[in-house]
Amino acid sequence: MSEMITVNLKIWRQEGPDTKGVFEKYTQKVTTEASFLEMIDLLNEELNNQGLEPISIESDCREGICGTCGVMINGQAHGPRKATTTCQLHMREFSDGDEIVIEPFRAGSFPVIRDLVVDRSPFDQIIESGGYISVNTGAASDANLTPVPKEAADQAFDAAACIGCGACVAACPNSAAQLFTSAKLAHMALLPQGQAERWKRTESMVGTMEEFFGSCTNHGECHEACPKEISLDFIAFMNRDYMKAKVKNRALSGQR
Amino acid sequence: MGTNNNPVLDPRVPSGSLDEKWENHKFSMKLVNPNNKRKFDVIVVGTGLAGASAAASLGELGYKVKAFTFHDSPRRAHSIAAQGGINAAKNYKNDGDSVYRLFYDTIKGGDYRSREANVHRLAEVSTNIIDQATAQGVPFAREYGGLLDNRSFGGAQVSRTFYARGQTGQQLLLGAYSAMMRQVAAGSVELHTRSELLDVVTKDGKACGIVTRDLLSGEIVAHSAHAVVLATGGYGNVYFLSTNAMMSNVTAAWRAHRRGAFFANPCYTQIHPTCIPASDDFQSKLTLMSESLRNDGRIWVPEAFDDSRPAHEIPESERDYYLETKYPAFGNLVPRDVASRNAKNVVDQGHGVGPLKNGVYLDFSAAIQRDGHSAISAKYGNLFDMYESITGENPYEVPMRIYPAIHYTMGGVWVDYNLMTTIPGLYAIGEANFSDHGANRLGASALMQGLADGYFVLPYTIGDGLADQLGEPAISTDDPVFTNAVKGIEDETSRWLSINGTRSVDYFHRELGRLVWDYIGMSRNKEGLEKAVSEIAALKEEFFNDVRVLGSADTLNLSLEKAGRVSDFFELAELMAQDALKREESCGGHFREEHQTPEGEAQRDDENFAHVAAWEWNEQNVLQTRHVEELDFENVTLTQRSYK
Repeated sequence: MSEMITVNLKIWRQEGPDTKGVFEKYTQKVTTEASFLEMIDLLNEELNNQGLEPISIESDCREGICGTCGVMINGQAHGPRKATTTCQLHMREFSDGDEIVIEPFRAGSFPVIRDLVVDRSPFDQIIESGGYISVNTGAASDANLTPVPKEAADQAFDAAACIGCGACVAACPNSAAQLFTSAKLAHMALLPQGQAERWKRTESMVGTMEEFFGSCTNHGECHEACPKEISLDFIAFMNRDYMKAKVKNRALSGQR
Repeated sequence: MGTNNNPVLDPRVPSGSLDEKWENHKFSMKLVNPNNKRKFDVIVVGTGLAGASAAASLGELGYKVKAFTFHDSPRRAHSIAAQGGINAAKNYKNDGDSVYRLFYDTIKGGDYRSREANVHRLAEVSTNIIDQATAQGVPFAREYGGLLDNRSFGGAQVSRTFYARGQTGQQLLLGAYSAMMRQVAAGSVELHTRSELLDVVTKDGKACGIVTRDLLSGEIVAHSAHAVVLATGGYGNVYFLSTNAMMSNVTAAWRAHRRGAFFANPCYTQIHPTCIPASDDFQSKLTLMSESLRNDGRIWVPEAFDDSRPAHEIPESERDYYLETKYPAFGNLVPRDVASRNAKNVVDQGHGVGPLKNGVYLDFSAAIQRDGHSAISAKYGNLFDMYESITGENPYEVPMRIYPAIHYTMGGVWVDYNLMTTIPGLYAIGEANFSDHGANRLGASALMQGLADGYFVLPYTIGDGLADQLGEPAISTDDPVFTNAVKGIEDETSRWLSINGTRSVDYFHRELGRLVWDYIGMSRNKEGLEKAVSEIAALKEEFFNDVRVLGSADTLNLSLEKAGRVSDFFELAELMAQDALKREESCGGHFREEHQTPEGEAQRDDENFAHVAAWEWNEQNVLQTRHVEELDFENVTLTQRSYK
């Protein structure tokens, strides 16, 4: 059942990438039926009415699938509820009088653009460096020509469910992007269609990842923060494939 | 406002029998030889299913593509949120499906208001899409033997829907996105993120480029090309509350319209029958529960009025499974408009359920008993989880509550058979155009159309338009047509910041949405539509004088972005009301209360309205001109739809 609560907010305000940011305090009354972002909508409406600039915060689908939203809520990427994006978090998770600290995702390779908005474009660069199966439009054979064991298709899907929100990087003490990268690699490496470029793809995407992001030291925070609960197994899978790739990517005559 | 049977509205449908048209057309179109393709610049705006697939395919062919998205990444496009699936006439189930049946179902589902030739082509290429996506690694659902699985969907009696759990749109978009990123890596696609189209530029009546705003720096930039493709989605957010993403908007299509592209059938909007009912006044959007749920869920309401008992206390004998009773052949799988209107009827009559009495039950208890908890969870697990996270109720234990919401818009930029608008060189694909769904779209057909246009239609037809321009360089962005357009947008941007009124952009958007929903929503009548015309105009006036947009133009400014989008929604809403007024019949998603059968079903008027209405922009606050494209049905017989 819905009730009205008042929450005390500490929100990161930062005018631009090169300016210094500060926490500003606000209080907001809201029903527990509201989503977390609707609570921010209400606050922004009031700020605007008072002639104060609204807080910049990104969201789009508000269904937990586009990956646009994402902030740190009381130190946790996407907030306290497991397997839930910021947009799917509801105020029923909070109680009257709670303090809520809201910050942008923090990582060296995700610079703040304004307030709670960060630049996650290195993720696109990782995909660009090999996150695809090379098949030109029109070149495909009949879809049922290649049976794929149901287990393989299901596991590939588990990996492909990644929404690219960046919570894994924000949650990682090293700002590593292993979970994101391994999810894409595993998605393709588990399917027969992804075999032809498997080793080249692995080496290339891992290389790009390392240009931008920190190293993985197996904390597992990424999995805890992941709204789609992408498994750490995929990181192990990627590491194995990376080792193999280093051998397989030698000229054929240099391989064992 | 005159109705004008104008010769410029030539759909250019090729000759020949229905199944030969596309084949003949592919042969008769002019080609651009492989070495010459790199001499052509093509702008693709939008990177959803249609835009990303088009950019990827054009890049592979060798065109120099510039792709634009206003998101931070192409993968955020709203196609990603499509849940249920994608249709294709593969007939893998051996249940009698065929290209012709998919064509027929789509024409019938669209209530005979779409162009036969386009729809048949869509059905023809549908099978290629599944092949292409599978080859890209899209993890479609499979059977234990390793072959692709299918399910059935509303409006069809065969199983032809391919799906990837409840995230089919996500997986198809990631496939198209990765194909496009491959072309970015190859250098054939130049990607512009966080860039929003604010104007379409024409010279001598031909499209020659666009003007965008860099959403981070605020810079207004001109881009020129030999052809411009709009793949910018639908306009459902004119209702404020819809299942669309927060940023989905009509701006690109509308600005093209203001530059001369006719806008067709704006009153054809689709209500999705299975959304979660609103829970309070400041709700920001509505969430859809995939229509596929209707395969296993049974829809019912209490027979008693204003029944406040929890669902499990209402005995079978006091439940009204109204779709199963009224439509025994299709039952819970009737098309979307039929399901939606019936839900509205029972709720209006006082049978609504939930705290606000604004929903109907979608009950899975029979399916769980029959197939077991784990089977239902495997099919719909993520949808059930989503429902629980939003409502706090567990649908394995209590029935879901659902209610219709705006979901998709069939109307859009008018295009000919080549997907070209009335501005030569300007194309519109995917939901942004009006072409294939008539007055009502079948479930799992939006993904099909977006990808058909992007992968398998536009890459052929665009060459036909470009071939004649060989040797001509694109118009320079120093040309006055560009510098004037840039200046115009700069002025518009600073105007928003100088109004300094008292209300936020969101306030006006929400108020506009209420008007549109009340008067141009699930059912319409003359009186309401006339009210809409005057009330929308009054609110628009207030918006232009009293909106408050703070901040500056040279930084990220989300209110400023929204102001432009909402102003376009105002103009669109006015046109929707006019279009709905003029269409004196009911068809598909357009239900005029004055025109219904004695049973309360939509009553078409084929004699007078078997046509497309395409509107030509005149100028601000002047009624637009209504043009007509007659629809010739050579293959199907127009019948009153019946799903009984």
